[in-house]
Amino acid sequence: MANTLALPLPRAWTPRLILTLLLAPALLWLVALIVLPHMQLALLSFRERVAPHEYEPSLGQYQTFFAEPLYWQVFVRTAVLSVTATALTLLVAFPIAWVITKVARGRASSLLFAICLIPFWVSETVRALGWLILLRESGVLPALLVKLGLTAMPPELLYHDATILTGLVYTSLLFMVVPLVSSLESLDNSLVEAAYDLGASGLAILRHIVIPHAAPGITAGCIVVFMLCLGNYLTPNLLGGKNSQWFTELIYTQFIVRFNWEQGAAFGFLLLGLSTAIVALGLRMSGQRFVDVMRRS
Amino acid sequence: MSVMDSERQVTAAGAAADLRVRRLTKNFAGHVAVNDLSFAVERGSFFSILGPSGCGKTTLLRMIAGFIEPDGGDILIGARSMREVAPNRRPVNMIFQQLALFPMMSVGENVEFGLARRNVPKAERVRRSHEMLERVGLAGAASKRVDELSGGQRQRVAIARSLVLEPTLLLLDEPLGALDLKLREHMKIELKQLQAAFGTTFVYITHDQSEALVLSSHVGVMNRGRFEQVGTPQELYYSPATAFVASFVGANNRVAGRLTQRSGAVATIETSEGWRVHARTSGAIATGSSVEAFIRPEAAHLERDASSLPEEHAKHVGVVESLLFDGANSAVLLREQSSRLPFRVALPQTGRLADLKVGERVHFSFDPSRAICFAAADG
Amino acid sequence: MIASLPRPAWLRAATALYVAAFLVFLFAPLLIVAVFAFNNASYPAPPWRGFTLDWFLGSPTSGRAGLFHDTQLLGSLWTSLIVAIWVTLLSVTVGTANSFLMERYRFRGKQLLSILMLIPLVIPGVILGISILSLSSRVAELLDDLLGLDLDFLRPGLPLVVVGQFSYIATIATLMISARLKRFDLTLEEAALNLGASHAAVLRTITLPYLRPALIGSAAISFLMSFENFNTTLMLVGSDAPLTVMMYGRMREGASPVLNAVSLFLMLASALLALSLMRGGPRTSAGRPGPAST
Repeated sequence: MANTLALPLPRAWTPRLILTLLLAPALLWLVALIVLPHMQLALLSFRERVAPHEYEPSLGQYQTFFAEPLYWQVFVRTAVLSVTATALTLLVAFPIAWVITKVARGRASSLLFAICLIPFWVSETVRALGWLILLRESGVLPALLVKLGLTAMPPELLYHDATILTGLVYTSLLFMVVPLVSSLESLDNSLVEAAYDLGASGLAILRHIVIPHAAPGITAGCIVVFMLCLGNYLTPNLLGGKNSQWFTELIYTQFIVRFNWEQGAAFGFLLLGLSTAIVALGLRMSGQRFVDVMRRS
Repeated sequence: MSVMDSERQVTAAGAAADLRVRRLTKNFAGHVAVNDLSFAVERGSFFSILGPSGCGKTTLLRMIAGFIEPDGGDILIGARSMREVAPNRRPVNMIFQQLALFPMMSVGENVEFGLARRNVPKAERVRRSHEMLERVGLAGAASKRVDELSGGQRQRVAIARSLVLEPTLLLLDEPLGALDLKLREHMKIELKQLQAAFGTTFVYITHDQSEALVLSSHVGVMNRGRFEQVGTPQELYYSPATAFVASFVGANNRVAGRLTQRSGAVATIETSEGWRVHARTSGAIATGSSVEAFIRPEAAHLERDASSLPEEHAKHVGVVESLLFDGANSAVLLREQSSRLPFRVALPQTGRLADLKVGERVHFSFDPSRAICFAAADG
Repeated sequence: MIASLPRPAWLRAATALYVAAFLVFLFAPLLIVAVFAFNNASYPAPPWRGFTLDWFLGSPTSGRAGLFHDTQLLGSLWTSLIVAIWVTLLSVTVGTANSFLMERYRFRGKQLLSILMLIPLVIPGVILGISILSLSSRVAELLDDLLGLDLDFLRPGLPLVVVGQFSYIATIATLMISARLKRFDLTLEEAALNLGASHAAVLRTITLPYLRPALIGSAAISFLMSFENFNTTLMLVGSDAPLTVMMYGRMREGASPVLNAVSLFLMLASALLALSLMRGGPRTSAGRPGPAST
């Protein structure tokens, strides 16, 4: 690689040597842990075992996916629930981000923000445990409902789609609140005041000033949350139980339980494809660059 | 200054007042930002509120706009009390310090914004915004993006966006503050011309005395939450009411000392170093008390030869310490010979004395009626 | 509506109510976990049967093996710790090198490299796991076939877990350190050089001390993300399970209050980490967890 120094840096040590030394770990990391593994995964997904230790190139794994309704139904279900969870997360997080940046002031604002971040210092496993104890039939919330006389028998609140959504929204909140807060923080209060001064109602300000301004933050948050939901395993698995039918579970089953790596690799690529497609769509819709969005989140 | 006095001063011409402020007060956590303030602004005038940062002028402006709730007092706009009136219901629009143009909209959409909120039909909106852009000299800029405009054009868009709503009062929060010097000079003139063309009452806040003097028909000089003086720029400059106004508005030589003697309106002031100057007094001052005298640099005559100075005024001797060449505003900084106190004298615009050298001995004098002295502030 | 604009009473009330509900939603699961670590019952569920420390201290002979006697859990805690230390060391070192590379040098392919560096964040953790698993098995097979070598670290186990977690945590460390290096005022280095410092001395006395908050912050975040990682780890784990995987396994079998006890321990440790970071430098990039994948 030809190099030109951006700065008049080390002249005594040859800059070329330093550049090489700095490039080595980056290339090693990206090539050995990202590029090659995915190429291997791609190879796996496009072959079929015809006899022990004998393989042929084939599209069979992908054909199986489309031929077997269970597989693609789980795929679609995962996508739809992830989109729903993303939308819900945005709805829940936006007012809080607004309060943090525009309503609360000074210490109250930074305190509230810090409080919002606290749960995310704790492992997702612990948080899932909390929801299990809260929601299961013998758990806290059903007991409370019985005590309040709302139901006669403790209801089973686990293993519903709503439970999975609750869990996903909960785990995703941070990744929505942080980009929203930083994009709303940069919204100059005088823009809101000016709009108000020119006669705009609250709704008009939201539509014409706030949302256009916060769009990059909203997009960044939605993209990250969507990816996290799609790739989540723990929360759907624990809160959804047997009914969860999350696509990552199919991948796990193929890889670890059935040892059918070819099929698992194909599923992996389908998930990666879906994730990439939706990210690209989100970027295109909001006219942003991937690099900027990732930096922002 | 009583309420009535200050109102009368401003509305002396008898014209209707567009803005009346009565005994307005605002405290922030024990600190008085605006202190029992009253004044009125005549219709169609350009009224500036001039003061150093932290004097309360921004608080005052934001109370008029309605973004800050006063602790006491009242604001009347066009004879109507603004108590209980939400900021977006007031017949007032504001030009924000950073202009607050909406970056997500085109120039035209910015100007149409307020009309759209009033449900003015699209065609009408476009017509009026185009008309307004034309009046501010931006015909054809409607489809441009805000960040394609120059600083001056942005300001005109901000004004167009507000004036298209035909407010009774336009408030301006130091819109020139962020501009560089050259552009600021240009925008000053443009702002004055725009105000004259539209005839809308402008209330303008600034910490820059030259902006206030150039732009305004009346200026209120604000300090520590109160007005020190309200008057025309000429009144502030030639007859400052307080030492604060004398030192804040325009360049001035300040000579602090003791009032030793007085004859009629003219007093003799002696500094602790023993230098004596003469100045007329403002208000009653007892002999022997501490005073501050102010002498404008352009009020003093400068000569190489003492005999060329007018005979009727006391003559002083100084040594040239530095030459401050600035074209027509050139001045020379002297040290008075006996006291070594600094004294600034404007150089004649004819170019005479342009050849002065540092270290040269010169003679100067001034008319005591053009110098003014105030009782020194305590401490 | 922003604070300087009038807000009607109903809006204020609704805002307060919303914030309260939000906080309940946020903290209820954590509080519940903490409370039931002390319940005197063998199942973490209501009703409250009195306070006990059995789930921390109980000895195996009493039938209630507390956290401090549960060798399996303690072992997995230790495993997690070792993994996290390795991941942190690797991520911060590589992240620092990457930051200097991206902020200070120009070279052909830099644009491509900068995009490639962000890619790990958009790959679901499960897929990172299986892709690294398939490559390492392939390499192991090849080495076995060609050279007759049997390399253990290429089989599922802790080395692969470290590598798998590092593959995306390195991105986060790079972003955090770059963000600070970007804001570095180069005239400081120039001034130091001008005052006669060598390049090595400038790096040691000016640049690295400036980066310190970001280094500490990224180390803390890397440690935390490694400790909490589940998805990638699940795919690469061998016989020694780190804590998250161990807890998951136990939760599937049916919860025991020992899990609450270990959770509470984790919460306290995290809180301690967060507090010490905030004391170290409020408002630095260290104050909040960075972006995370899976």
